[in-house]
Amino acid sequence: MTNLPNQTMQMTLYRDMLRIRLIEEEIAIRYVEQEMRCPVHLSVGQEAVAVGACAALRLEDRVFSTHRCHGHYLAKGGDLVAMLSEIYGREPGCAGGRGGSMHLSDDAVNMHLSIPIIGSSLPLALGAALSDSLKNNGRVTLAFLGDAGVEEGVFHECANFAALRRLPIVFVCENNYFSVYSDIAERQPARPLLNVGLAHGLHTAGGDGNDVLAVHRDVSAAVERARNGDGPAFLCFDTFRWREHCGPNYDDDLEYRTGYDIEDWKKRCPVAAQERRLLESGTMSQDDIAVLRRELTEEIDAAFETARKAPLPDASKASLHVYAGVAS
Amino acid sequence: MSERVISFSDAIREGLTEAARRDPSVLFFAEGVADPTAVFGTLKGIGDVIGKDRMIEMPVSENGLTGAAVGAALMGHRPVISFHRVEFALLAMDQIVNNAAKMHYSSNGRHTAPIVLRLIVGRGWGQGPNHSQSLESVFAHFPGLKVVSPTYPADAWGLIMGSVADDNPVVFIEHRWCHYVTEQLKATPEPAPLDGPKCLREGRDVTIVASAYMTLEAMLAAECLKAGGIAAEVVDLRVIRPLVMAPIRASVQKTGRLLTVDAGWRSFGVGAEIVAQVVSEQFERLRYPPVRLGLPDHPTPSSRGLVEGYYPDARQIVDAVAGMLGMTEADLEPVRRELDAALAGRKVDQPAPAFKGPF
Repeated sequence: MTNLPNQTMQMTLYRDMLRIRLIEEEIAIRYVEQEMRCPVHLSVGQEAVAVGACAALRLEDRVFSTHRCHGHYLAKGGDLVAMLSEIYGREPGCAGGRGGSMHLSDDAVNMHLSIPIIGSSLPLALGAALSDSLKNNGRVTLAFLGDAGVEEGVFHECANFAALRRLPIVFVCENNYFSVYSDIAERQPARPLLNVGLAHGLHTAGGDGNDVLAVHRDVSAAVERARNGDGPAFLCFDTFRWREHCGPNYDDDLEYRTGYDIEDWKKRCPVAAQERRLLESGTMSQDDIAVLRRELTEEIDAAFETARKAPLPDASKASLHVYAGVAS
Repeated sequence: MSERVISFSDAIREGLTEAARRDPSVLFFAEGVADPTAVFGTLKGIGDVIGKDRMIEMPVSENGLTGAAVGAALMGHRPVISFHRVEFALLAMDQIVNNAAKMHYSSNGRHTAPIVLRLIVGRGWGQGPNHSQSLESVFAHFPGLKVVSPTYPADAWGLIMGSVADDNPVVFIEHRWCHYVTEQLKATPEPAPLDGPKCLREGRDVTIVASAYMTLEAMLAAECLKAGGIAAEVVDLRVIRPLVMAPIRASVQKTGRLLTVDAGWRSFGVGAEIVAQVVSEQFERLRYPPVRLGLPDHPTPSSRGLVEGYYPDARQIVDAVAGMLGMTEADLEPVRRELDAALAGRKVDQPAPAFKGPF
């Protein structure tokens, strides 16, 4: 592979993936306590796309996400306590408990919105890119979607307009092959997903979504093109969701993914793959990794405790903020 | 500015031009945003004043571009989207309802979506089922949206500027027939706050609440009822959501009789909400059960044969008031004479006798 990131970057990519993995595994463990009383869409197994993509962005660049937004939010630098508090329905949540896990956002790092309706955040990202292009401020917007997002008409509306106006936007499609229990083969014809982007005249690239370096390379190239005024991109990365569509469990006992080699996907764990790379190159030792895990675990445990102990928002606040410019 | 007569559609254009001239964050989105007709002339020439780069030609992608307007609003712009017909906005309901209406709430008050959606209601000249729906009650159902529907030019001017200045998503409904209404302007209007109904005409006997083109029918009916010795009070809604009930309550407190006239379907309409609120809180003051007029429960047919009697008009309003007040045929005779004179030459499918189709 050409243009390998330097060692510090390689370790950062690993650390960020490991952190997301540990946070989401902790959500899965604690979910049984019935204190996180909202849907959760875990991205365990898909961390390389979130981390590789967001690492290609600057702080001022923007991210828009979907229902499966934990990884995107964390990879862009979203505040962990605010995220967990939101999932716990607590007052300090990033949306004050109004949104839940599918509405994560942190404007301080330009992780602007997550929207649960498939495809629905794409035009919002498009509008941000339009606004930035009118201001000519050099910012790039990254819009995440899943494989099913391509099935929505609004994706094509956005791709058409982005190409028409050469907007600084990069669409990053995470293909995990399933929309809930429905196989992509039952939803889309057998054609490369990238062809959809090509048809709209977008720059396209992609491939192995479990290789964080490959994702980082492709997204970096697309982001720089977009920043330089060379137009939008549609990138597609193949990956696999380990757990159920919504919730903390494994659900392969339902046998809806029997056509896929699930164990092979797990062997191709993106976190483990990057860990091996770092060990083999001598960038990190087993001891370094143990220290990193311990540090992350301490941070995560503390964040869970802070979030869980935070107060629930008072019901008297539920009617606030229906309209801007209204005091109460 | 000297006094002059201005049409509703010119008032919209001048109000939008002035709003955009004052605030460089205002953008315009429309299909044909700068085409030779520029949305019935309402956007004509604006690009010459504010620069063509602020006029965003919208591909035929209503949901995508409405969402893009919301996204641009999130980044500090104030987009105004114009739809030639209400029905095209239905393709954008995901963005309007799920995103724009909830942007402020779902972000715990951090985000705002100051967009204006101009939806134009068609009527007449065979517009038919998909080009003539007045859907204010649909949009008014959603907390987070504001719904504005003026009748007169000066109000249109002030309210369109007020809508652009408002920090919330505003659904601005323009009845196509109101575009032809003219008014003498005494001064250049300023942005009007979206603060609810206005009492247009005082009366002691009955309160008539209407909006947009139906306000004109109500005003005509009230003028004719005078000949029968009836003083009807007419309240023009102007702003349908948030619904400010105070002027309506005050009027009903005086008259004890309420008649609502919806521009859309009667069932589940704006009038239904107003009647419910009045009955709940002013039951004892009512001297007659409230009456609602509105469109009957079927889609709008195209043919002028089929559309006969479909829209509430001054005659229907007079008949409803007569029933509420127990007027006799003798009481009504001078009223009907006035109506006949006022309506002479009027066709059911065109806004004015001089009108030539199509539009």
